[in-house]
Amino acid sequence: MKTCLVVDDSKVIRKVARHILETLDFTVTEACDGREALASCMASIPDVILLDWNMPVMSGMDFLRALREADVPRRPKVVFCTTENGMAYIRAAIEAGADEYVMKPFDRETLESKLQIVGMA
Amino acid sequence: MTPRSAASSPASPPASQTAINVLTALLEARTGQQIAAYRSWRLDTALKPLLRDRNLDTLDQLVTQLLEGNDRLIGDRIVDALVNQETSFFRDAQVFEMLAEAVAAAESGGRRARIWCAGCSTGQEPLSLAMLFADRHETTGAPVPEIVATDVSDAAIARARAGRFSQFEIQRGLPVRRMVRWFDTTGSDWIAKPDLLKRIVFRRMNLMADPAPVGRFDIVLCRNVLLYLSATTKEQVFPKIAAALNPGGVFVMGAGETVIGQTRLFEPSKRFRGFYETPR
Repeated sequence: MKTCLVVDDSKVIRKVARHILETLDFTVTEACDGREALASCMASIPDVILLDWNMPVMSGMDFLRALREADVPRRPKVVFCTTENGMAYIRAAIEAGADEYVMKPFDRETLESKLQIVGMA
Repeated sequence: MTPRSAASSPASPPASQTAINVLTALLEARTGQQIAAYRSWRLDTALKPLLRDRNLDTLDQLVTQLLEGNDRLIGDRIVDALVNQETSFFRDAQVFEMLAEAVAAAESGGRRARIWCAGCSTGQEPLSLAMLFADRHETTGAPVPEIVATDVSDAAIARARAGRFSQFEIQRGLPVRRMVRWFDTTGSDWIAKPDLLKRIVFRRMNLMADPAPVGRFDIVLCRNVLLYLSATTKEQVFPKIAAALNPGGVFVMGAGETVIGQTRLFEPSKRFRGFYETPR
């Protein structure tokens, strides 16, 4: 079964994402900020990470940079999922090593299509 | 006819069977598309914006306006609203991988391939093809095929020509790198760059009534269109598509569609799984 780490400080978003991902046969774990996500990845690398941008403690961008520099056994796919919808943000995310980008609000079809693009659905 | 009052209820009363019959008959006469009886709820959903625009409460009032004949454009507006326009970028991604192979095969003589997207809706399919082959051109220098895209709906073709998509539409199936490479933002919408749009010729065309685009094509895509047409209408459309294909050209239908049992003008392609060719 594929694994997905949902990183978002909003409990509602985590719940919605979990629901969609579980219908797509993912095993889902959650983190509410970048630092918690990094600790989770050090314990177990998921197949894909659904990542918010603006979070307390450690932002999604800081998490992504740290993850891409970390000595981890494999490279998980990272899909940003954020309200930061400007071109500059999207380019910065790609530059930092994001594989895909979902602009909130999103629905099931959008998330599924992005997971298909990264080879995860 | 009673215009909608300011205090009217948001829930419209159900349409009469007569109104349903008139609307579905109009759609079929103009486009060949059918709406099955069990899907007649779609009339209400699809026509709600038009009712609001015209300050009407019910589909029966809309049908009355149509039959009065005072507004020449109302029939067009109804048809544009009812035509199924469901589409997305790179829909059924594996089809695009095979299309790249089919185009490469067509180019073997050193000529530029030609593709016809029949029933292109709001343009996501031809734009996906244009991106695919423009990217290929940048990496290999191979020519970008000529792409002709047609649809029965004036409104859909106008939107396709504009290349403007909402945030929801742009995200469906389009990889982010291609999105930032080929689109600009304006407000919350995304607009295809002129360098992409110029690679496609958009044209309004009724598959049933109008002649096919001039010349022959190496690939004709008509995906998720024919399933809405009656058997009689399909009998008119299949020969048109067959006649538009170059010898050795391929015909591509939607994932859930087949020609088997519907026409002998095509047979499953031995070279490209899931595609069809005319018998040799």
